Amino acid sequence: MNRLSSLTLALLLSLATTLPAHAVDVGAAAPEVSLAGPRGQVSLSALKGKVVYLDFWASWCGPCRQSFPWMNEMQAKYGAKGLQVVGVNLDAKRPDADKFLAEVPASFTIAFDAAGDTPKRYAIKGMPTSVLVGADGKVLQVHTGFRDDERKALEDAIVAALAAASH
Amino acid sequence: MTTFQRIGACALILSTLGGCAVWQPPQPWEKGLLAKEAMTLGGDPLEQRFDLHIMNSKEAASGSGGVGGGGCGCN
Repeated sequence: MNRLSSLTLALLLSLATTLPAHAVDVGAAAPEVSLAGPRGQVSLSALKGKVVYLDFWASWCGPCRQSFPWMNEMQAKYGAKGLQVVGVNLDAKRPDADKFLAEVPASFTIAFDAAGDTPKRYAIKGMPTSVLVGADGKVLQVHTGFRDDERKALEDAIVAALAAASH
Repeated sequence: MTTFQRIGACALILSTLGGCAVWQPPQPWEKGLLAKEAMTLGGDPLEQRFDLHIMNSKEAASGSGGVGGGGCGCN
């Protein structure tokens, strides 16, 4: 091996460590989620056939707190129609998450990912981030943040996904 | 010097070229400590927001406060 090719290889090696992860694409298959939750193992593949609203949240994130009552409402309203809201907690310390859940109860599925492996694979850009996964396991929509004026659009997307799933 | 050692030496030298730019900023979900109230630079939140608004308009840029998007990165 000559000097030039070893240089090129070394350059590629150092570049590979600095490149950011690629974000999850709409229309692509949603990366698998397999995490422990308070009510046992939570797995995205086991929820195939259901529309999944996958939400990444943390106890220290203000908009996440505001989104919880809304997600409870969505689960109550559309749960029977095939919606499953899954809240993936990203707190580094579990007690922080438990304290939050005691204050803001969740009536949907919760999973814990303290290591941050799942958000890395989804390459999320902000907190909270929601990923709407269709009944076929494909990503329908990725949304960052949660504001009051966005509730309607998010609900519409859920309704559209449920309608598409029932056809 | 073997080929393997040469690649290693080149990689080491090249990795230092980036300096601190090589270090990734904290990921959005790793900003728990940055989101704490004690981590805000200013005292009064309203005044801070006002200052930031002026700075953003003067610099024609937003998200200048805090790390990579400002504060905890929420919104």
